[in-house]
Amino acid sequence: MDLFKQLRRGNPGDAIFKGLAVLFGLSLLFISGLVVFELWYQSSLSRGEFGWSVLWSTEWDPPGERFGALQFIYGTLVTALGALLLAGPIGIGIAAFLVEIAPRRVDRVVGIVVETLAAVPSVVYGLWGIFVLGPFLCSYVAPPLQAVLGWLPLFSGPCRSYSVFTATFILAIMILPTVAAISRDVIRAVPDAQREAMLALGATRWEMFSRAVLPYAKSGIVGAFALALGRAAGETMALAIIIGNAPRIFTSLFDQGATMASIIAANFANAGSAMFVSFLIELGLILFAITLIINVSARLLVWTVASGPSGGIRA
Amino acid sequence: MRIFGETKERMDKRQADRRQGAPGEREVQTRTAPAVERAQEMVVENLSAYYGNFKAITDVSMHIRPNKITALIGPSGCGKSTFIRTLNRMHEVAPGGRIEGRVLLDGEDIYARDVDPVRVRRRVGMVFQKPNPFPTMSIYDNVVAGLKLTRRRKKSELDEIVERTLRQAALWDEVKNKLSESGTSLSGGQQQRLCIARTLAVEPEVILMDEPASALDPISTQKIEDAMEELKERYTVVIVTHNMQQAARISDYTGFFYIENMGDPGRLWEFDETDKIFSNPGRKETEDYVTGRFG
Ligand SMILES: Nc1ncnc2c1ncn2[C@@H]1O[C@H](COP(=O)(O)OP(=O)(O)O)[C@@H](O)[C@H]1O
Ligand SMILES: [Mg+2]
Repeated sequence: MDLFKQLRRGNPGDAIFKGLAVLFGLSLLFISGLVVFELWYQSSLSRGEFGWSVLWSTEWDPPGERFGALQFIYGTLVTALGALLLAGPIGIGIAAFLVEIAPRRVDRVVGIVVETLAAVPSVVYGLWGIFVLGPFLCSYVAPPLQAVLGWLPLFSGPCRSYSVFTATFILAIMILPTVAAISRDVIRAVPDAQREAMLALGATRWEMFSRAVLPYAKSGIVGAFALALGRAAGETMALAIIIGNAPRIFTSLFDQGATMASIIAANFANAGSAMFVSFLIELGLILFAITLIINVSARLLVWTVASGPSGGIRA
Repeated sequence: MRIFGETKERMDKRQADRRQGAPGEREVQTRTAPAVERAQEMVVENLSAYYGNFKAITDVSMHIRPNKITALIGPSGCGKSTFIRTLNRMHEVAPGGRIEGRVLLDGEDIYARDVDPVRVRRRVGMVFQKPNPFPTMSIYDNVVAGLKLTRRRKKSELDEIVERTLRQAALWDEVKNKLSESGTSLSGGQQQRLCIARTLAVEPEVILMDEPASALDPISTQKIEDAMEELKERYTVVIVTHNMQQAARISDYTGFFYIENMGDPGRLWEFDETDKIFSNPGRKETEDYVTGRFG
């Protein structure tokens, strides 16, 4: 009986641990709060000058100290979504292969490769993109693409290494490990009973995967996509190197463009005026808000798949 | 080849027969002249099943009669699930799962080299121990999930199949007003009957059930037993059960699986008419088991 009382009250070690955990948790919140406050405070000059209209203005006149954020928001969303469009299906394919087909050993090796890819510094991806991927895309991928779809404005103009096109591919490669790894975990969590149920109805393995496994894992995979999207939107160095940092709304993927992160990285060190600096910080604030929205919705989705009504079968 | 490379006409004809077999669905449901044609016998010859190097059952031979219920009983771990899963080639889905011996469905070896397991499973359906409806699908879509694998059907045809199979599974009255709700909104017993309806919808010839009522309350169990009584008019049924009374009540034939020495593979210890197994078994272990002296 004493033991139970003790357990209920908790012993001193537990209390200390709990206290520390809460402390660290709070300090994380505090630091994030501080960051937001700092961004908010430091951007007040720019916010006061341009107000909300900064969100839909494309002005870019550093000497005249006039700025708009739209082309950078646009560049960020286009490259991030484009990268997801490329990496999403491939990532699911890899995950499906690892869970449904590959033997254990292959699974483990690929797991290590994926983790290594995720650990490669982003500058390395950027340099590789310019010297290897860019030329490769321009000689082998762009010509057939333009032969078929060249009439679309999206694919017009000459291919260059420094372009939105290369940047999108590099981003796709960078987020692929995230998509593949999370999708793999989500797909592996689908109960075998679901697979057996579909197989026993006379499904092929592909039908089993597409009709039983994928629907079950759907919200988790959407969560993985959203996390990858957040990562792509915030990616800085690789894009600052490749995308060209041209502050405009591009219409062709072979044009140069800029994202919020890339334009900050490219200009911060030599921003000539207080207004310029303030505007770049405001861009950071907007980026923070966008990635926060993406990440929070991703978390919510992953949570609902883990604990929601589709997670278990009522007995 | 003849059976598994079955011509479309024959499939369609059989489906038409089946539908005629249930005339005026709405009034007389399932209490119909037996549409015997599709129920098939299965013959198992010297079957052994392995998981990798581990031999789970050995040398099982059995004649599963059409339009009868065959019950499989025995202590746990003696290979009943393994055996029943060899009958529709679900065994080979398990890691290292393979067999030796032959399993004939209507005279054709389902393990012959040119036989596609997918086609076998369409002809030999299976209901699992734990209800496993598809949680992202509605009740209606759960029932037609298997049908959608084969060919497109008219909505009216699907509606008809959904009602008929849900009636056969004794679930229709409980769900007819909420067919579009999720299958997981049902109770465990209802979910299991949904899984039975789903299996019936693809019109198999043989239905395998591995302890379908083991996790269910007595009322749901009763409903499933009632449904089975009617099922055998149209299907060949094989059921694994750990419930002696259930086996005695519903089955026509009973197979007793047993492991004599720890570590041996399971064997079919005795196979006979259910009355015989329960009143006058041929072997002592069978008698001990059915009288509850061990188990
Ligand atoms: N997937 C599997 N892999 C390896 N061994 C298994 C597997 N499934 C069952 N077995 C083994 O096969 C034997 C028979 O099991 P099972 O067919 O489930 O028996 P029962 O259904 O009669 O309880 C047991 O020894 C069990 O441990
Ligand atoms: Mg079992």
